[in-house]
Amino acid sequence: MRVVVDFDLCESNAVCMGIAPEVFEVRDDDFLYVLQEEPDESLRPKIEEAVARCPKQAISIEG
Amino acid sequence: MERIVVVGASLAGLHAAEALRAGGFDGSLTIVGDERPLPYDRPPLSKQVLAGTQQLAEIVLRQSSTIDVNWERGVAATGLDLSNRELQLADSRSLGFDGIVIAVGAAPRRLPGTETYANVCELRTDEDVRRLRALVEAGARHVTVVGAGFIGCEVAATCRGLGLDVTIVEPLPAPLARVLGTEVGHVVAGLHVEHGVEVRLGIGVSSFEGEGEGEGEGEGSRCTGVRLSDGSLVETDVVVVGIGVIPNTGWLEGSGLTLDDGVVCDETTLAAPGVVAAGDVARWPNPTYGGELMRVEHWEHAINMGTHAARRLLAEARGEPGEPFAAVPWFWSDQYDRKLQLAGRVRPDDEVALVAGSYAERRFCVLYGREGRVTGVLAMNMPAKVVRYRRALADGVAWADALADAGA
Ligand SMILES: Cc1cc2nc3c(=O)[nH]c(=O)nc-3n(C[C@H](O)[C@H](O)[C@H](O)COP(=O)(O)OP(=O)(O)OC[C@H]3O[C@@H](n4cnc5c(N)ncnc54)[C@H](O)[C@@H]3O)c2cc1C
Ligand code: SF4
Repeated sequence: MRVVVDFDLCESNAVCMGIAPEVFEVRDDDFLYVLQEEPDESLRPKIEEAVARCPKQAISIEG
Repeated sequence: MERIVVVGASLAGLHAAEALRAGGFDGSLTIVGDERPLPYDRPPLSKQVLAGTQQLAEIVLRQSSTIDVNWERGVAATGLDLSNRELQLADSRSLGFDGIVIAVGAAPRRLPGTETYANVCELRTDEDVRRLRALVEAGARHVTVVGAGFIGCEVAATCRGLGLDVTIVEPLPAPLARVLGTEVGHVVAGLHVEHGVEVRLGIGVSSFEGEGEGEGEGEGSRCTGVRLSDGSLVETDVVVVGIGVIPNTGWLEGSGLTLDDGVVCDETTLAAPGVVAAGDVARWPNPTYGGELMRVEHWEHAINMGTHAARRLLAEARGEPGEPFAAVPWFWSDQYDRKLQLAGRVRPDDEVALVAGSYAERRFCVLYGREGRVTGVLAMNMPAKVVRYRRALADGVAWADALADAGA
């Protein structure tokens, strides 16, 4: 599984970070960092939730 | 449970439908909605769509094409008969159901005396935003925004971005004062003033002046000026009214459901046997706040409550008790290049403590507190802070501890 964020859409509102802080982090520079691009399968439910909740529909999962 | 109907084809309703399918419901699922277009997302309406950088097709909700449902679009529900388990539709048909999700949202409050003007708008639907854009494209130069709530503030910011002159009129002493209190409200006022908006605070609207009066609703008559309570006149080409919304419960009068500023549910989102409600229209005792009855008009809330309500209905079908729905409200608003985020339940007279950044830089985080506890967190351009505090808010944080942690 690969986590892809469309940074042209992302507006750094950190919703994804609230759901899966292991994978998404908005830092003090206001940019979103993907901490693990190929996270463990056990994180899939959380990442799927982040995909569903991202107000900009900026996150997708490949594979 | 074989037939479920979702009333309201928008954020809460679509997430409910998605959760019903995800929860294994394979019976007949119908979504009834009075809007004709494919369900779309509302937050971009006052931002990108009004700005002209996104079109309706780009804000269609993902579920519009992914869930397996029967669509009844462009038709309103007009009545609910709970004893016969029937939903009446505006075209005289009725739909039988075993379970029903009420997710009909809310509609903008209108200012009396403005109904006849073609250039006085509210902003809730794609139709509203198209009308507003048409006025701008037809050469409007000046927009008056009545009401400095979130939608009014966003409309003001977007209209400045379009090069229009903007006046905000707000009877309270600061924008967003009812939600953020006056201290932070003044910072928001400053932001708008910096961007060239004329901000008229502590002043009401007394009347509208127009031309071509006496014609039918919205036909030809134009508002040319807004008379304020101090007697002054704001000459204008367009008026946008953002003075709050009223839950869409008119069609449920007499149905037997408890209606009181929304459809009143129990703490599990159940309004009656087989009936759940979610989103802007639903009022429920929120366990996070000691069971205080609340109605939350926020985007993420509609998703969470819609999803929860669907699970509640499925639990009932299995004869299981439902789980309570506990929520810490969370909201964002984009104005100019600033992003505001608020988590929690803030009252205007809560204590306020600046814990990071500064008002002057327009980049800061404040905590709100009452009776020794933190009630909310608000940030301007510091989104991660809100996320961190939000988790703590659900558990309850002592005011003194939070301030000590923040070093404030
Ligand atoms: C311009 C704008 C900007 C916003 N920006 C933000 C933001 O930045 N951040 C944020 O958190 N929130 C924002 N919101 C709020 C958020 O969009 C709402 O909380 C959310 O849309 C609520 O979803 P809902 O499904 O409960 O209700 P709604 O979206 O109101 O949907 C209800 C649907 O039911 C339909 N309906 C009503 N009556 C009937 C009937 N009798 N029969 C059939 N259908 C019916 C309505 O037409 C509508 O389609 C914004 C809202 C607006 C209008
Ligand atoms: S939720 Fe979406 S928009 Fe927000 S920070 Fe994450 S990816 Fe970006």
